[in-house]
Amino acid sequence: MSDIAQKISDFIVDNLLLGRTVDIVGTSSFLEAGIIDSTGVLELVQFLEETWSFSVKDEEMVPENLDSLARLVAFVNKKLAG
Amino acid sequence: MIGTLRHRGPDARGVHVDRACGLAHARLSILDLTGGGQPMAIDGGDLVITFNGEIFNYIELRSELETKHGRRFVTRSDTETILHAYAVWGDRCVERMNGQWAFALWDRKRERLFCARDRIGVRPFFWAIHEGRFLFGSEVKAIFAHPGVRRALDLHGLHEVLTFWCAAAPRTVWQGVSELPPGCTLVVDASPRAGGRVEVKRYWQLDYTIDDSKDEAERTEELLALLVDAARIRLRADVPVGAYVSGGLDSSVIAGVVKRHTQTPLHTFSVTFEDPDYDESGFQREVVELLGTQHETVSASHELIGRVFPEMAWFMETPVVRTAPAPLYVLAGLVRQNGFKVVLTGEGSDEMLGGYDIFKEAKIRRFWGRQPSSEMRPKLLRRLYPYLKNLQAQPDAYLKAFFHVRPADLDSPFFSHLPRWRLTQQIKGFLSQDVKAALARHDPLEELRGRLPREYTSWHPFAQAQYLESTILLPGYILSSQGDRPAMGHSIEGRFPFLDARLMDWAAKLPPRLKMSGLDEKHILKRAARGLVPPRVLERPKQPYRAPDAASFIDPVTRRSRHAYVDELLSPERVARGGIFDPGAVQKLVEKVRSGTAVGVKDNMAFVSVLSTQLVIDRFLERFESGLPASLQAIP
Repeated sequence: MSDIAQKISDFIVDNLLLGRTVDIVGTSSFLEAGIIDSTGVLELVQFLEETWSFSVKDEEMVPENLDSLARLVAFVNKKLAG
Repeated sequence: MIGTLRHRGPDARGVHVDRACGLAHARLSILDLTGGGQPMAIDGGDLVITFNGEIFNYIELRSELETKHGRRFVTRSDTETILHAYAVWGDRCVERMNGQWAFALWDRKRERLFCARDRIGVRPFFWAIHEGRFLFGSEVKAIFAHPGVRRALDLHGLHEVLTFWCAAAPRTVWQGVSELPPGCTLVVDASPRAGGRVEVKRYWQLDYTIDDSKDEAERTEELLALLVDAARIRLRADVPVGAYVSGGLDSSVIAGVVKRHTQTPLHTFSVTFEDPDYDESGFQREVVELLGTQHETVSASHELIGRVFPEMAWFMETPVVRTAPAPLYVLAGLVRQNGFKVVLTGEGSDEMLGGYDIFKEAKIRRFWGRQPSSEMRPKLLRRLYPYLKNLQAQPDAYLKAFFHVRPADLDSPFFSHLPRWRLTQQIKGFLSQDVKAALARHDPLEELRGRLPREYTSWHPFAQAQYLESTILLPGYILSSQGDRPAMGHSIEGRFPFLDARLMDWAAKLPPRLKMSGLDEKHILKRAARGLVPPRVLERPKQPYRAPDAASFIDPVTRRSRHAYVDELLSPERVARGGIFDPGAVQKLVEKVRSGTAVGVKDNMAFVSVLSTQLVIDRFLERFESGLPASLQAIP
């Protein structure tokens, strides 16, 4: 697992799953799996912004960028590439 | 057993014992203060009753029983009316009663115990069979006080709490203890031939067959007339009657009706919050100024909510997902301090007349589900839950994703409630592995499906949502943990004009468009209320009654628990000892609350569920013999 993927995975385990066991890598939709709720997405975005020092625009807050580990890693890489 | 119910009736106590049956009663004297003692007998002791509640139309029933049936009364109480009504009309006497009751009536000649509960479940009734004996009480603790009765949590009942917010009667969260469902009678046949057979029968249910024979103006007049009479008969008491004012429409309407349509001087009571997200004192003041009532308030600080929550757990006797019962307990204490025993409140209006956001949410989701590709339809989702800041902060794409209508959901009989129940069920993630395994094959929704009335599928979707709300959450949580229990914890009786028998039957048949016109909730009530409440209260968006949850127990600023019991009961050792939740998961949740980032609905519900379960385990499984919490020993 890449460093980015590991950090995101750790954040989800510690802050959103709170001890529940879910296969984060294998989950295709965090929404469908109930991992992300109405505040979870805000927490997740705040975590991304603070960890990698970029800002997420409103139009970027869509499931296409945030709804699985693979999508999140791709999104962070894209943002870091500028 | 009756000693555990002293809070429900601190004014007097009575016991009746004969060969086969023993009845006990703790009295809260409201009607016929000198003559209404219980258990009460007539016909030379052939009929004896213990009764909690009120029969509001007892004067009319008594008149009929005296003039048409020659019955002779010796008291002025509604209790005696039930006895004569049973003597004349038998088990069907309950169909003539308009009120809120739970009673057990011993028919000595026929050797049968006839028990009944009011239509919608205002007053509670629990029962169990122990070593061939039928035990019953207004609260479960009375049954547990009987020697030898085993106390253990019912995991299926807990599963229902973590789905519906409450166990659905007849199930309770206690193994071997049943709740008599609202609108039902129960007969114990103690004759030698029957040998104690128990039979439960339904005598009433909501019927949503639409009656579209009148226009809106006529319906508005009817509603006002029904409300005025419902309030009038609920003022029948030999002690002063007060009213709650929340600042919302429903309680304001009730206070307005009493003030404008009766001669009763009105004393009103409100709870306020230090957190502006929950506080409605501005609206409360407007109502009080308009009506000119004598008014008292009490502030429910975070600290106070956390402090009284253990007492509430003792009274509620069930885990809950919200702290909202606690401020109502504080409010009932204020009423008691002011010398009142009875209050009118606005409960039931949202269920009967279509006020909740869940009805609006279902309407929008169904509208959108019919045209899933529409860009415009989901924009209506912004109109939902204006008071939930985090939800409103969502980007459009996520708002759509949360309320996304799955094609299969459209055919579900529970369409309206699926988002709420799915969200609540996520708390199950915190359960221990053993409990998860025990619940793996239990599906509360499937069980509920089997209990729906035959006519259910023929009802309008709006009515289906109303039915679910009125038969599960209303009796199981709103009227219990937020109604009877916090009030009776301070020996206060709540009375609910919107739950008048005539009004409920009338409202069920009302066309849905008069309940929610477009997205205007309680449309017809707002029309009927013009002139009764301040215009600003009439126009404000609906804000359901809520209270701060996790922050009531852990201060997000200092990151410290506000009360020692919180750390004690949520410690890994105590969580492991309770056996219900996973200690590691709970520790992570507690850490999140302590860090101040647990601001979402799900985390807060999970925290309150865990803590209230731990309190229930502590009070009822580990320390039941110690009796009442020390702070409650001195109830006046």
